[in-house]
Amino acid sequence: MKLAYWMYAGPAHIGTLRIASSFKNVHAIMHAPLGDDYFNVMKSMLERDRNFTPVTASVVDRHVLARGSQEKVINNITRKDKEEKPDLVILTPTCTSSILQEDLQNFVSRASIETKADVILADVNHYRVNELQASDRTLEQIVSFYVSKYKKLDLLNLEKTERPSVNIIGIVSLGFHSQHDLVDLKRLFNDLDIEINQIIPENASVHDLKNLTQAWFNFVPYREAGLLTAQFLHDEYGIPYVDKTPMGLINIKETVISIQDLLQKFGCHRDYSDYLTVQTKYISQAAWFSRSIDCQNLTGKTAIVFGDSTHAAAMTKILAREMGINVLWSGTYCTHDAEWFRLQVESLCSEVIITEDHNVVGDMIAKTAPNAIFGTQMERHIGKRLNIPCGVISSPVHIQNFPLSYKPFLGYEGTNQIADLVYNSFTLGMEDHLLDLFGGHDTTEILNDTLSSSENITWSVEALKELSKIPGFVRGKVKRNTEKFAIKKRCSAIDLAIMYEAKEKAND
Amino acid sequence: MTFSTEQSITFECETGNYHTFCPISCVSWLYQKIEDSFFLVIGTKTCGYFLQNAMGVMIFAEPRYAMAELEEGDISAQLNDYEELKRLCLQIKKDRQPGVIFWIGTCTTEIIKMDLEGIAPKLETDISIPIIVARANGLDYAFTQGEDTVLAAMAHRCPDSKDIADVCQDQVNLRPDLVVFGSMPESVVNQLTYELDKQNINITGWLPSARYSDLPVIQKGSYVVGVNPFLSRTATTLMRRRKTKLIGAPFPIGPDGTRAWIEKICKIFEVEPKGLEERETEVWNSLRKYTALIKNKSVFFMGDNLLEISLARFLIRCGMIVYEIGIPYMDKRYQGAELALLEQTCINMKVKVPKIVEKPDNYNQIDRIRDLQPDLVITGMAHANPLEARGINTKWSVEFTFAQIHGFTNAKDILELVTRPIRRNNNLSELGSQVYSTAD
Repeated sequence: MKLAYWMYAGPAHIGTLRIASSFKNVHAIMHAPLGDDYFNVMKSMLERDRNFTPVTASVVDRHVLARGSQEKVINNITRKDKEEKPDLVILTPTCTSSILQEDLQNFVSRASIETKADVILADVNHYRVNELQASDRTLEQIVSFYVSKYKKLDLLNLEKTERPSVNIIGIVSLGFHSQHDLVDLKRLFNDLDIEINQIIPENASVHDLKNLTQAWFNFVPYREAGLLTAQFLHDEYGIPYVDKTPMGLINIKETVISIQDLLQKFGCHRDYSDYLTVQTKYISQAAWFSRSIDCQNLTGKTAIVFGDSTHAAAMTKILAREMGINVLWSGTYCTHDAEWFRLQVESLCSEVIITEDHNVVGDMIAKTAPNAIFGTQMERHIGKRLNIPCGVISSPVHIQNFPLSYKPFLGYEGTNQIADLVYNSFTLGMEDHLLDLFGGHDTTEILNDTLSSSENITWSVEALKELSKIPGFVRGKVKRNTEKFAIKKRCSAIDLAIMYEAKEKAND
Repeated sequence: MTFSTEQSITFECETGNYHTFCPISCVSWLYQKIEDSFFLVIGTKTCGYFLQNAMGVMIFAEPRYAMAELEEGDISAQLNDYEELKRLCLQIKKDRQPGVIFWIGTCTTEIIKMDLEGIAPKLETDISIPIIVARANGLDYAFTQGEDTVLAAMAHRCPDSKDIADVCQDQVNLRPDLVVFGSMPESVVNQLTYELDKQNINITGWLPSARYSDLPVIQKGSYVVGVNPFLSRTATTLMRRRKTKLIGAPFPIGPDGTRAWIEKICKIFEVEPKGLEERETEVWNSLRKYTALIKNKSVFFMGDNLLEISLARFLIRCGMIVYEIGIPYMDKRYQGAELALLEQTCINMKVKVPKIVEKPDNYNQIDRIRDLQPDLVITGMAHANPLEARGINTKWSVEFTFAQIHGFTNAKDILELVTRPIRRNNNLSELGSQVYSTAD
C-alpha cells in the first residue's frame, strides 16, 4: 500500500480510452463498476466535446461478483453494435476486472461472431502499466490488428506514395495542446514539401489504416504514445521513423535534418538548410528574442523543469540552450522512460529527478528556490504556495490547458508561444520585485528568514538596512549566503564590510 | 414513449447503464464537514484519479484525505493488510493528528474481501484513534449514497444515554429527543435549527456533527428525522440498531418541502405549527421573478444523485412540467412521505404524475430526450455539453449536491441553478442558432 494524494499519470484504462475516443467511430466498453466512466466527464468538460463520448460501461455490480458477467458483456457489445454501428469495439478492462479474472477474451470472441463491428480486448494490465504506457500499447494493438487483417484480405496498400509522405502517429485526445501542435506540424510538413499520408489516432478511421503502409516514413512527435506503433511498422514493413520532438529551435532543426537524411536514403535529395535559416531568423521570433536586450536580463536566472518526458526534456533544452537560463534541475514522472530522459538532459542541468511523488518535487522546489518553475498543474500550485511563478508545460491537464486560441508548443509558432510563456513567467517575478522595491520595505520578514536559529549571528543596523534594499525575491538567499560566509570566517557579527566581502567572494 | 395517464405514480426500472459519480466522492464534502476527521480511501489508482479530477482545486488545498493505493502485492495477499494499514495510519496520525480516521472501502477491497471491519477495532486500540469503516463502493452504491454508508457507520458510534449517565435525569425535558441526520454546511444547520426553534422544538443533536468528538447522544426511543432523500441505510441503522423512531417526512427542499418537514415534526411532538403558512407564502412571493421564467416549461431528470424526487416535486409546484424522474435507487419506504407529497402536488397543480425510472439507461433516455425536446435536462457533466450542442438546455446535476438547497432561505438558490440556462439563453438570443453539434 502506498499513501497517495496526487498522481501525475492516470490508471491504464484512461490511456486505452483516450486512444479509442480519438479514432472516428470506435466505441469502448469498459468492464467496470458504476462511476468508473468518469473519463466521459473529462472528455466532455476539458475538450468541450460537442459529441457524446463513445465510451460506455458494462457495469460490474453485486450480481456480477456473485455469478460472473455471463452474457452481460456480450449483450452490451452486441447492443452497442446495433445502436451505434461502430467499426470497432474495444473491450476495456479496469482495475476491478483485472482482479475478477473473467475470461474477457472469450467474451470478445463470442461477441464478434454476432457483431458487424470488429471487437478486440485492450491488452493492458492495470497493476503493471499507467495511462501513458497503456495508450502507447493500445494504439499499437489497433494498428497491428488492422494491418494484419488487411494483409490477410490482401487489401493492404504496400505501394509507396509517389512523392515523399509521412504518417503522424500519436495525436491523442486529452493531450497537452496536441490539437494546436497538429496544426503546426501540418504546416511544417507542408513547408518541407512532404505529404501527410495519415494522422492517427486523432479523427482517423480504422478503414484507412490499410493505407498506412504507403507512407515513406513515420513521425512520432511525443514519446508518450506512438513509439510502439512506429516500431511495429518498422519491424514488420521496414518503414523508418523519426521520433524527435520539434519543440524549440534546436529540436526543430534536429528533426528536420533527420527527415532530410531519411529522405536521402530513399534517393530523394532535399536541402532544407535555407528553409531552416529563414524560419529561425525571420519567421520564428524566438531566436531574435533570445538575442534582444530584454532576454539579457534572463541570463543566469534559475528555473526548474518537471513534466512528462517529451515536454520536460524539450523545455530543459530550450531554457538552457536557447535562452541562457540556468536550469537547476529537470525531472519527469515517466519513470518507465527514465533512461532516455536522463540522456537528454543530463548535460543541461545539475540534477535529474525521476519520481512520481509530488512531495519529492515540492520539497526539491522549496530547497532549490528557483526564480521560475516550468511544470504541470501540480507544480503551478506548489509555486503559488511558495510564491514562485510557474508556466505549465505538460500534462496532467486542467481546463485552462485547453485554450480556445491557437497555442501550439511544437513547430515555429510553438517557439514563439514558449518564448512568451517563459518571458511572462519571469517578468511576473520581476514586477513582483519592482513592487517590492518601490512599495516600501518589509523589514520584519528579514528577521524570520535566518539560516539557523542555533547559530549566534547578529546583524548590525546598517547591514540590516542594506539587506532590506535587496529585492525581496533574492533577499532570503543573500541573507543566508552572507551568514554562511560569516560562519566560515568565524565571525558572529555581520556589518556592512562583511556583507560586501561576502558578495564579492560569493562566486569563489 | 408512454406517459403514465393515471394520477398515481408509476415506477419503472431500466438497465442501470447510467452515468454517476462514484460514492467515494462523499469524502470531498464530509472531510470539510467533520473538521477533525481524516478520510483514507483504500482503493486503486482508478479511485485516486477520479477523486483528484472530480475535486478539482480542492485537491491542492492539502485536504484531509488520501488514498491507500493498493499495489499488486496487496491484491495477491503477499503483503499483510493489517501491517500495511497500520503503517499508513501511523503516518497519518503523525502528520495530521486527526480525531477520527474513516476507512472508505472500495470495489477492490470488496472483491479481494479485505476484512476492514475486522481489522479496524484491533488497529484502533493499537494506535488509539477511532477508526470508522464505510463501504462506499461502486458495486453497490451511487454518488450521494456514499454519505449514507458513512453516516450509517457513524450512527454506531454515537454515545448512548448510558454514556452520559451523570447528566441529571431531571434536566431531560418532557419531550423526547430529536436527532436530525444528514451532512449540511454549518449555516444550513443553523437555519433549520432556527426554524424548528420558532415552533418551540429543540434539536438535541445532529448526525454528523462538526467534530467527531461532538457526536450526538442517541437514546432508545429518541426521534430521528432525515434531511436528505439518500439516507436510507442511516435511517434503517438508527431504527433497528439504535432503537429510535423515524419521523417519515418529505425533505426540507423548497418552501413546500420545508413546511411539510416542519409540520410533520410538529405533528409528532404534538405542537400546533405557528406562522408556517405565512412563512411559505412569503418565500413563494420572493421567488416570483424565477417562477415566472420556468412556468409551464418542461424538465427531464436523467437521474444520478437521489435528490430527484424532492427537486421534481418542488419544480412541479413552481409550475414546471416534469417528463421523467430518473433516479439511481428508490427507497419507497424511506421516501414514502416525499412520494405522497409529489402525488398531492401533481393533483394540486393539475399535471400528470411523472414516471419514475429507477436505474435508468442513459442511452434510452437520450432517445426519449430527442423525442420530447424538454426545455431543461438535469444531467451529469458527461452529457451536458453534447446536449447543449444539440440545442437542449442542461443544468449540471452535481451542483445541486454542493449548493445550499435546504430550508426556506435556500429555495432561491435552487431556482438560481434551475433558471441559469434559461437566463443565459435570454442573454445570448442575438447569437442565432443554438445548435452547434457537428454529428447527427
